[in-house]
Amino acid sequence: MVDVLERPALRAEPPPEAHGPTGLLKWLTTTDHKVIGLSYTVTAVIMMVIGGAFAEIIRAQLASPNGTLVSLAQFNELFTMHGSVMIYLFAGPFAFGALANIIVPIQIGAPDMAFPRLNALSYWLYLTGSITMLSGFFTAGGAASFGWVGYAPLSNSLNTPGAGADLWIGGLLLTGFSAIFTGVNLVATIFYLRAPGMTMFRMPIFTWNLLVTAILILLAFPVLTAGLIMLYADRHFGTHIFSVAGGGVPVLWQHIFWFWGHPEVYILALPFFGMVTEIIAVFSRKPVFGYKGMVFATISIAALSLGVWAHHMFTTGVVLLPFFSMMSLLIAVPTGIKIFNWIGTMWRGEVWFSAAMLMALGFLVTFLIGGLSGVYLASPPLDFFTHDTYFVVAHFHSVVMALVMAGMAGLYYWGPKFTGYLLNETIGKVQFWFLFVGTQVFTLPLYLVGLRGMPRRVAIYPHDPQWKFLNDLSSVGAVLIGISTLVFVANLVYSWKRYPAGPNPWDGQTLEWFTTSPPPHHNFYRLPPIRSERPTWDYNHPEHRTVPHGPRNGDGA
Amino acid sequence: MRAALGVLGAGLILSGCTVPSFGASPGDTTSSRSVFHLWQGFSLGAALIGGLVVVLVLWAVVRYRRRSERIPEQHQYHIPLELTYTIVPILIVLGLFAATMVVENKEVANPRTNVTIDVNAFQWGWKFTYPGTSAVVVGQTTQTPTMVMPVNTNVHINLTSSDVVHGFYVKAFNFSRYALPGVLNQFTLHAVATGTFFGQCTQLCGLYHSLMWFDVKVVTPAQYQAWLTAFHGPAAAATAAAAAAAVRQQTSSITPTKPATSTGTR
Repeated sequence: MVDVLERPALRAEPPPEAHGPTGLLKWLTTTDHKVIGLSYTVTAVIMMVIGGAFAEIIRAQLASPNGTLVSLAQFNELFTMHGSVMIYLFAGPFAFGALANIIVPIQIGAPDMAFPRLNALSYWLYLTGSITMLSGFFTAGGAASFGWVGYAPLSNSLNTPGAGADLWIGGLLLTGFSAIFTGVNLVATIFYLRAPGMTMFRMPIFTWNLLVTAILILLAFPVLTAGLIMLYADRHFGTHIFSVAGGGVPVLWQHIFWFWGHPEVYILALPFFGMVTEIIAVFSRKPVFGYKGMVFATISIAALSLGVWAHHMFTTGVVLLPFFSMMSLLIAVPTGIKIFNWIGTMWRGEVWFSAAMLMALGFLVTFLIGGLSGVYLASPPLDFFTHDTYFVVAHFHSVVMALVMAGMAGLYYWGPKFTGYLLNETIGKVQFWFLFVGTQVFTLPLYLVGLRGMPRRVAIYPHDPQWKFLNDLSSVGAVLIGISTLVFVANLVYSWKRYPAGPNPWDGQTLEWFTTSPPPHHNFYRLPPIRSERPTWDYNHPEHRTVPHGPRNGDGA
Repeated sequence: MRAALGVLGAGLILSGCTVPSFGASPGDTTSSRSVFHLWQGFSLGAALIGGLVVVLVLWAVVRYRRRSERIPEQHQYHIPLELTYTIVPILIVLGLFAATMVVENKEVANPRTNVTIDVNAFQWGWKFTYPGTSAVVVGQTTQTPTMVMPVNTNVHINLTSSDVVHGFYVKAFNFSRYALPGVLNQFTLHAVATGTFFGQCTQLCGLYHSLMWFDVKVVTPAQYQAWLTAFHGPAAAATAAAAAAAVRQQTSSITPTKPATSTGTR
């Protein structure tokens, strides 16, 4: 029996570090997926802080019905850029650029991504695109102000003239190409660079989810890119694709946008689902419950997500309601399977409440709220009732705040792998409680004010004591969330190089916990035999392998 | 102790007779009431499923919290259980879909009507035209226009937009529809109570989106006829034209004082 597979060309002890540039030059010229992933992580977290700052201004403005903190024009820019920064520049890149870039190659025993230079290009396009989009604030007309969805014809040159809108389109094109290239890279890496023994059904769930995410990126993002080019042509080249005057169809933009936009929801969510799956399993000391069901649930979610875009357009009156309603309701089924599998993973386990696990549980509860409120919106009559009110805003903020918690769980869990140092657990738990309580205080009043008729994207609203009270409560929640971010930054400063992690601080199960923290240049000097989706666990706990169900089928070990 | 439990039990049974509103309200049209009941149905399902999941999570968290370095049994599959939580949700979804279809088919049906109102949305106001009569109401931002319509009557609405996408939304009707440029959107409102209801544009339409308000005044058919007749004659037409011209002036200072709650009688 082979205990450890040696890489033929490598020795058991670390070779001397390869010669190469260091410092700034290294950062600028690197093609190492771990360095690129770290750049992605830092950039995305900075974007989260910027987008969060916009949110705090928005909540301050809405704390009183006739707020005067910002003008109507500035308010439109703020919520547009809040949504754009959070979706395009934080959540997406953090999901498939940051942790995916670092962890996926290590989880499958690969030395790097399949196309390291393309990977570097992805990052630089992302950074350039982000700066391009944000630079709109420094133009005379201000940043884009037509909402993050840029509905035509509000987004044409007549209704929204100025460079801010063009910079928004340009920035989005650049980050879109960045996403497409990352998608190509992930698919190629996962299909071609898996270590010997790592069959598809031995891949960790995180890697599975990133594979499905990458395929969704390749199906959805080119549509957005095409739409943006059409929009730019309408603005500057005299075409009339989205304007009635020239024989165009404004609602076509909504179709194109949401044909990207709804898969995008799952492009954001699936990587975080994967993170949570791994974290719950490790901190319960059990395998992922219903592993294959989890994979099929992920694939079903992705498949269904390509046929639900028009549920964002129920109130347009020009889409087939029953089809899109049924498809949207059905997504609840695989999502429910995931939730029950997460509970099943904890069931009869030994649940350790580390900061990462608390964040994952916070995700579970918050995502439950966001998921259940989403089911209402799949029903056209209920959507007519709540569309474009704060109910919808509350729904997707429950979802994305759940994803933020999952991302934080990912940072507490995998951060030690790529930095070599643990974060402080106590400060992490303090951060969790601010984030969790803050999220509920922020979102729950928004559901109620939406049901009382408050539309989204308004800077001032009618005097009504209930509306004001609920808005104030929500603003308090936003402040708590802001504090949690400060606590996180404080933890980064406090824990800086303080707690060395070692290769496997959490008794992890997957390959990344077999190598050093941080991993060497090409990730592994040696690999354990891969006979299940938990090679590191099998190696460390040979007497505690997965209990097979039914008659024992030779697992080759 | 036993008495307290008895009171609690009786309270639960009594409250079980009426389904809670879950934050919504029945509203003042026939459709808004069926939408409200659909809302209650969905909410009951959500409360039951959400409650079950929360109980399971809490149980797992309390019962299985780590007490030792023991390594638990490494179970991974339980096919009958997994099938159960695949099939039962599919059945629930089919039920929700059926209920949705029943309400939706009623709501989007366009029955024959005697009263038609052409609603035109523009940046940033509303124009209500009554075909076959000389009645026109137009207003923007702070000059909130009022759409007058008769109670207990099917009122046919033709909704259009002159420029960008707007949203026609009346909270008391539990209903909204986009006003899309180049598209004629048609629907029927059937109010069951008189009163004045607040309406607002819900789709971002530019600078003064926050202030694109209107009122819907539901009156008795007799009052409605009287209101229409007041528009007859050249004098009335001239007044309407003057009013339309006045509202085209850009509004510079804005002070919203409109109460959000409807004053409708139930």
